[in-house]
Amino acid sequence: MPMFLREARLKRQNWLDFLFRNVTRFFAFAVLALLLTLIIALIIGSWPAINAFGFRFFGSSEWNPVTEEFGALIPIVGTLTTSAIALLIAIPVSFGIAIFLTELSPRWLRRPLGIAIELLAGIPSIIYGMWGLFVFAPLFADYIEPWLTKHIGPIPLLGPFFSGPPMGIGVLTAGIILAIMVIPFIASVMRDVFEVVPTLLKESAYGLGATTWEVMWKVVLPYTKIGVVGGIMLGLGRALGETMAVTFVIGNAHELNKSLLMPGNSISSALANEFNEAVGELYTSALIELGLILFFITFVVLSLARYMLYKLAKREGHTT
Amino acid sequence: MNAELAAPPKLVVNNLNFHYGTERALKDINLSIPEKMVTAFIGPSGCGKSTLLRTFNRMYELYPRQKASGEILLDGNNILDKKQDLNTLRAKIGMVFQKPTPFPMSIYDNIAFGAKLYENLSRYDMDERVEWALKKAALWTEAKDKLKQSGTGLSGGQQQRLCIARAIAVKPQVLLLDEPTSALDPISTAHIEKLIDELKAEFTIVIVTHNMQQAARVSDYTAYMYLGNLIEFGDTSTVFTNPKRKETEDYITGRFG
Repeated sequence: MPMFLREARLKRQNWLDFLFRNVTRFFAFAVLALLLTLIIALIIGSWPAINAFGFRFFGSSEWNPVTEEFGALIPIVGTLTTSAIALLIAIPVSFGIAIFLTELSPRWLRRPLGIAIELLAGIPSIIYGMWGLFVFAPLFADYIEPWLTKHIGPIPLLGPFFSGPPMGIGVLTAGIILAIMVIPFIASVMRDVFEVVPTLLKESAYGLGATTWEVMWKVVLPYTKIGVVGGIMLGLGRALGETMAVTFVIGNAHELNKSLLMPGNSISSALANEFNEAVGELYTSALIELGLILFFITFVVLSLARYMLYKLAKREGHTT
Repeated sequence: MNAELAAPPKLVVNNLNFHYGTERALKDINLSIPEKMVTAFIGPSGCGKSTLLRTFNRMYELYPRQKASGEILLDGNNILDKKQDLNTLRAKIGMVFQKPTPFPMSIYDNIAFGAKLYENLSRYDMDERVEWALKKAALWTEAKDKLKQSGTGLSGGQQQRLCIARAIAVKPQVLLLDEPTSALDPISTAHIEKLIDELKAEFTIVIVTHNMQQAARVSDYTAYMYLGNLIEFGDTSTVFTNPKRKETEDYITGRFG
C-alpha cells in the first residue's frame, strides 16, 4: 500500500475514534443533563407551594383545595407505610422462593416455576389494581380484616393499627398488593444471585455439617448480599413509585389514621387522581412539590442502601 | 483388596458401587483405610477417586441422581445406612476442596463456623478453639493479628490452610482432602504437604491427588484407581517401587495417564 494511502486511512481511523468517543460521551452526559433539568423543572414548578408553606408542608395533614391549604404528611406517610408493608411481606417470601428454586426444588420444576415468577413480574400494574379491588379487597374485608381486628386488635401497642370497620380497601390492602407485585422482582433477582454462588463454597458448608437453612443464611446470603440488597431496592423502587394498583385499593382519602385498615393516600396516587382537577397555581404547585418529595425519598432510600452495603462490608472485615 | 495395614482400619469399604444416573462410576470397591495415617487415591481423571472420597461424607446426597450402594464402615458403623444422621457424620469426617473456599466472613468466624454448629462454646473456649485450629493448620503466626479481617483477603495458600483449620476446628476423626493443592503454587503446596504430615498424628487422612509425586511424598498407603475400579492398594513405597499390577506400573512410570 502506498504511503499516502496508509496515512489517509490512519487519519480516517483517528477521526472515527474521535467521533465515537465524543458521541458516547454525549449520550452519557445527556443522562446527567436530563436528570438535572428534571429536578430543576420540579423545583420551579413547586416554587409557589414551597414559598407559601415552607417546611410546614411536610408536617401538615391539611389538604384543602378550597382554602388552598396544602400539606404532604398524609401522602408521605401513605407512601412510606405501604412500601414498608410491601417489603416486610415480600422479603421473607422472596427469600423462601429463591431458596426453594435454587436448593430444594426438583430439577424439572425449576424452569416452569421460574418462568411463572417472571411472568408475574410482567403483568401490567393496572391488572393488579383491578384484581385487588374486585377480588382481593372483598375477600380481605370478609375474612382477613375481621380476623385481624379480633385477634390483634386487643393487643396493646399493636392493636390500634388493626382496628376499625372492615372495608377491604385501605393502607394494608395497598401494602399487600404491592408486596404481591414486588415479590417476582425480588425473588428472581435473589434466585439469579444465589445461582452464581460457587458449588464448592456451598459444599464446604454442607461438608461441615451445616443444614440447608444454615448454608443459605450464613454462607449464601452473606456471599450474595450486594445482589440481594440490589434486588430489594429494585422492589422498593417499584413499591414507592407504583401508582395505578395503589390508587385502586388505597381508598384515596386525605385522612391520617393510625389503623392500617383505614383508607389513606400515597404520593403517586394523589398525583394521579388530582392533577386533572387541580385548578389554581397553588394546587398544581403543591402536587408538583409532592412529586419532588417522592423523587427525594427515592434518592434517600438508594443512598441508605449504599450506606448499608458499606457498613456490611466494614463489619465483614477487609484487608488493610 | 486388603493389604496388610500397619494400623487398625478406620474406614472399611465393602462392595461399594456408585451411580451417576445410569452410569456406574465405582465398581465393587473393597478397601480399608488405616487410622491416623495418610492414604492417597491416585489415577487418571475420571477414574472415580474423587467420587470415592465423596462417598465418605455422603456429599453426593446433595445431588438427587447420585446413588451409592454397599457398605462403608466408620469404626464398624455403616455410614451409608439411611438412619445415619448426615450432620453428625460430617462432624466426624471433615473435608477440604480443590480450591480454597473461605466463607465471606472474618478469619475468626470462618473457623468458628463449624464449631458453632455442634457445640455451645463460651467466648473464651471458642477463642481457644480458634487458636488451636489455626496453630494446627500452621496459620496462627500469620493470622493472629488479623482475626477480625476477612478470610477472603488472605493469599491462596493461606486460604487453603484456613479451610483446613476450619475443618479441624470441628475436631473430626477423618479429614478428606480433595486435590487440596491443585490451585496452589509450589511453595504453598510444600506448606500444605508438611502440614498433612503433622496432622496425621491426630487425624486419619485421605487425600485425592492427580500428582503422583505428591502421593509418594505424603502418603503411607496408596490406592490406584482406573475407570471406577480399584486396581491396586498397598503401602506407598511398594505401590511406587514394586507394583503388583502391570496397569499400576504403566501409570506410575508415566507410560499412560
